[in-house]
Amino acid sequence: MSTLIGNKPQQPLPDGAAIPKPIKPWKPTPKQLLPDLLGAITAVAASLIVVAVTPLAGGLGLLATFISISIVVASSISWIRQDRKAAANSVSTIVIYFLAAFVLLPVLSIIFEIIRKGAPGLSLGIFFNDMSVTSSDAPLNEGGLLHALVGSLYVVALATVVSIPIGLLTALYLTEVNGKAAGVVRFFVQAMSGVPSIVAGLFIYAVWMISFGGTYTTAAGSMALAILMIPTVARTAEEVLKLIPTDLREAGLALGATQWKTVALVVIPAARSGLITAVILGVARVAGETAPLLLTVGGNDAMNWNPFSGNNSALPFYIWKNFGLGTETAIARAWTGIFVLMVVVMIFFTLTRILGNKKGK
Amino acid sequence: MSITENPASTHVPKPREITTEPRFSDRVFRGVVSSGGFISLIVLGLISLFLLYNGFGVFRSEGLSFVTSFDWVPESIENGTEASYGIGAMLYGTLVISFIGLFFGFPLAFGTALFLSYYAPEWIKKPMVLVVDIMAAIPSIVFGVWGYFILMPHAEEWARLINKYLGFIPIFSMPGDFFTRSPFIAGLVLAIMIIPIITSISREVFAQTPLDRIQAAYALGATRWSMIRAVVIPYGKGGVIGGAMLGLGRALGETVAVYTVLNLVYDIRPEILLSAGGSVASLIVNKFGEANAPELKALMAAGFVLFVVTLLVNLIANMIINRTVRKG
Amino acid sequence: MSQIKVNSLASVASARSSETSSQGVGLEARSIHAWFGQKHVLSDISLDFYSGTVTALIGPSGCGKSTFIRILNRMHEFIPTAAMAGEVLLDGKDIYRSGVDVTKIRLGIGMVFQKPNPFPSMTIKENVLSGLKLAQIKINNSDELLEDCLVRAGLWSEVKDRLDQYGGTLSGGQQQRLCIARSLAVKPQVLLMDEPCSALDPGSTLRIEETIRELSENMTIVIVTHNMQQAARVSDYTGFFLSDGGPGQLIETAPTSQIFSNPKDKRTEDYVTGRFG
Repeated sequence: MSTLIGNKPQQPLPDGAAIPKPIKPWKPTPKQLLPDLLGAITAVAASLIVVAVTPLAGGLGLLATFISISIVVASSISWIRQDRKAAANSVSTIVIYFLAAFVLLPVLSIIFEIIRKGAPGLSLGIFFNDMSVTSSDAPLNEGGLLHALVGSLYVVALATVVSIPIGLLTALYLTEVNGKAAGVVRFFVQAMSGVPSIVAGLFIYAVWMISFGGTYTTAAGSMALAILMIPTVARTAEEVLKLIPTDLREAGLALGATQWKTVALVVIPAARSGLITAVILGVARVAGETAPLLLTVGGNDAMNWNPFSGNNSALPFYIWKNFGLGTETAIARAWTGIFVLMVVVMIFFTLTRILGNKKGK
Repeated sequence: MSITENPASTHVPKPREITTEPRFSDRVFRGVVSSGGFISLIVLGLISLFLLYNGFGVFRSEGLSFVTSFDWVPESIENGTEASYGIGAMLYGTLVISFIGLFFGFPLAFGTALFLSYYAPEWIKKPMVLVVDIMAAIPSIVFGVWGYFILMPHAEEWARLINKYLGFIPIFSMPGDFFTRSPFIAGLVLAIMIIPIITSISREVFAQTPLDRIQAAYALGATRWSMIRAVVIPYGKGGVIGGAMLGLGRALGETVAVYTVLNLVYDIRPEILLSAGGSVASLIVNKFGEANAPELKALMAAGFVLFVVTLLVNLIANMIINRTVRKG
Repeated sequence: MSQIKVNSLASVASARSSETSSQGVGLEARSIHAWFGQKHVLSDISLDFYSGTVTALIGPSGCGKSTFIRILNRMHEFIPTAAMAGEVLLDGKDIYRSGVDVTKIRLGIGMVFQKPNPFPSMTIKENVLSGLKLAQIKINNSDELLEDCLVRAGLWSEVKDRLDQYGGTLSGGQQQRLCIARSLAVKPQVLLMDEPCSALDPGSTLRIEETIRELSENMTIVIVTHNMQQAARVSDYTGFFLSDGGPGQLIETAPTSQIFSNPKDKRTEDYVTGRFG
C-alpha cells in the first residue's frame, strides 16, 4: 500500500524540464461549439422559411419566429447532449441574451437617427448665428443655435455655481461631521434625486414669479436645474470622500491640525479628481433637462448675454420649440439641435469616464 | 473567585466622559457644513410648502374631487364656464403609462443586469455597460423626439397586431382606428428610459451576492441558471424590487418625453392602445403656457400631488434598497 | 519536545490507519499544474485518492493545496485568469475531457468549504435537499434521504424538530455539518473539504472530525487542513505540499502514520515537527 502511494519521488522539476503549457480545458473548443453554431444556422434558416411560407411577415414576425425557434433548437440540443437541467439552462441563457440585445437596439437606433437626421443641418454657421432675424422655416443654412448654446452654457454654469457648495457641504456633512442626522440627510438627498424635473420648475416658478413677482430669466432656470443637480453632486461626492482613508484624516488631526484645516488641506485635495467627476456628473445630468426650463427661462430667439434679466433660450428649449412648430425645416433644426446637445452631453460623459478611470489608478 | 465577588472591585469606575472643547474655527466649520447638509431637507420642505401654499385654494374648493374628477375647465367669462379642476384622468393615466413602462422595462433591465453580472464575456461586458450608461445620459427631449418620429411608426404596427390578436381583451380593444400617441407608446418610451436605473441597481444588488453561496451552488452541480434561481434571485429580490420602484418613480415624474408621444384626453379610458391618455406632468407643460392665474394655482396643486406621489415611491424604494444593499 | 510531538501524532495516526482497508483508487490526479495568469502556482502534482479512505493535504499557507483541491472538482475555473495542465481521473475518466458535463462532475465530487455557507433563504430541510433542486433531480423518498443525510452528518438529533427553520439559525459547527449533509444528498463518490474546521471552535471541530471518519467508510474524502493534529486524527494518507517561493509542490505522500513518524523528506520532518510553517 505504501509502495502504491509513496513511490512517486516528488522532486522539483529540473531547470529547463518541460513544463506543460497552461490550458483552459473548460473553455469550449471549436468542435464543441459546432452544434451550437449549426443550431443557430438552423434557427435562422428555419425562421426565414417559416416567415416565407406562413402569413407571418415583416421584421417583427421574423424576430418572433427566430426567438422561438432558437429556444426550441437550443433546448433540444442541450437535452439530447445532456439533460433537462441543461435544457432549462440553455433556454434561460438564450432569453437573457435576447433581453440584453433588445436593450442595445433603442440606443443604437437613437444614435443612428441623431446622426442621420441631425448631421445634414450641421454647418459652421449654426454656431455663429441665432434665430433673431431668421424664421424657423428659412433654409437650414440660415440662422443657427448660438443663442441656445450660450443660453445652455449660462443656465448650466449658474446651476453648477450654486450646486457645488451645497452639494459639497452636504457630502462633507455626511462624511466628516457625520452627525446624528446624517442618516436622515442621506435619506432625503436620495429622495431629492427623485424629484420630477417638472416639479423643480414649478417650484421655482412659484417662488420666483408668483411670490416675488419676478420674470423669466436665465437665473430662474438655473435655480431649477440646481435642485436637480445638488443630489447628484452630493451623492457622488459622498462616495468619493468615503474612499479617502481614515488614516489620512487621523494623521492630520494627530499633527494638531483642526478638523477644518484637515478637511481643507488634506481630505479635499486628496479627493480632488473625484470631486470634479461629481460636478461633471451633475452637469451631464442637467444639461439636457427640458421641462424645468419651459417654466422658467421663457425662450428667446436672440442672444441674451444677461443671465439676470430677460428671457433666454437653451438647447433643449430650442429643440422643444422647433419640434413643436412641426414644419419640415423646423424639425430638421430640432434634430440638429439634438445632435449638438448629444455631443455636449457626451463630452461631459466622456470626461467623467476619463477622470473616473484616473481615480482608479 | 469571579471578579464581581471581589469587594475591591465593587467600585467599578464609571467611564470618564471625554469632553472636547472644539476650537472656534472647528465650531464654525461644523456649523457651516451642518447647515449646508440640511439644505436638501430644507429644499424638499420648501417645495412642498410653496406648491401646497399656491395650490391650497384649489384643494379647498375642489376637495377630494381634485384627484377623482376628470374635467379641467378654467373659468371663462366669454364661455360662461365656471372653473372646475380635476386630475383624476391624468393621475390614472400617469399610473397606466408608468406601469406599462415597468411591464416592458423591468424584464429587459433585469435580464440585462443578469447578463452583465453572470453571462457576458468580458469583451462584451465593457461596451454593454457603456451603452447602458449612455442610455442614462440621453436627455428626455431626445427620447421624446426619437419616440415620436422613429419609434411611433413601429409601435403603431405592434399595437395593430396586439389589437388584431388580443382585441377581445377590453384593454386591447379599439373603438376606432387611432393607434398613434397612445398610453402603449408612451409606456414603451418610458420603458426605455427606466432601463438604466433598474439595470444599475440590480447589478449593484447582484454584486453583493455572497461568492461562497454561489460556489456552494456550483459545487452541488448547479447550472448557471439553477444557481441564479437558488442563490442570486432570493438574495437580491428586495434590492431588485427597490430598483424597479425607483424606475417607477422616474416614470411617474417624466414630462417631456411623455408629452411628445401621448395624446392628453381628460377622460379615463380602459383601452391602452387608443390615442387617449393622461399624465400629470404633461398636463402641467400643456396648460402652463396659456394658463390664467387661478388655473396656474390648480397646476401648482397638480404639481404638489405629483411631488408627493413620486416622493413616496422614491422613499419606499430607497428604504428597500438601503436595507438590502447599502448596509452599514 | 518536538520528538514527543512527533510520537504522539504518529501514534494517533497509526491507530487510525490500521482500521481501514483500501478499496482501490477513487480519484487520481495526474501531473497537475496550475496557473493564475502568468503565475505558476502548482507544479506537477500526481496523487491517488483511495475509496474508503481520508487523505489529508497539509502544508504552510500559500503552498497551493486549496488550489489543488479546487482543481479536483473543477471549481478552479471560476477564477477568470486560471489555467491548468494535467488530468484528474474519476473512475478512470478525465473530468476535464472535452464535452463532459461539468455539473455531473461536481455532483460526483462534492465540496465543503472553509466557511459554512448554507443558503440563507432556505430552511434546514430545503438546504439539505437543495442539491437535488439545483440539479433538477426528482426523488420520491425525500424525507428518508433528508433523515439519512442529516444522520450521517451527525446533525439529525439536533435539528429533527426544527427542520423548517432557516439554516442561518444554527451555530457555526451545526451549519458546517448542514453543509456536509447538503453535499451528501446528491450522493457523491468523493467529498472534498477545504479547511472545513478553520472557522469553528474546538468542540465543533471534534464533532466534524467524527463525522468525517464515519463518512469515510463508503466514500473518498480529501481534506485540506492547516492543523496537523487534525490530519493525524482523521486521515489515512497525508500529502505534504510546499512552495519554496515558486509553484507549490507535493513533497511527500505516505500513510499518515509514516508521515508523522518517519517522513522520508527532511522538509516534511521539519514541518511536522513544527520547525517551520
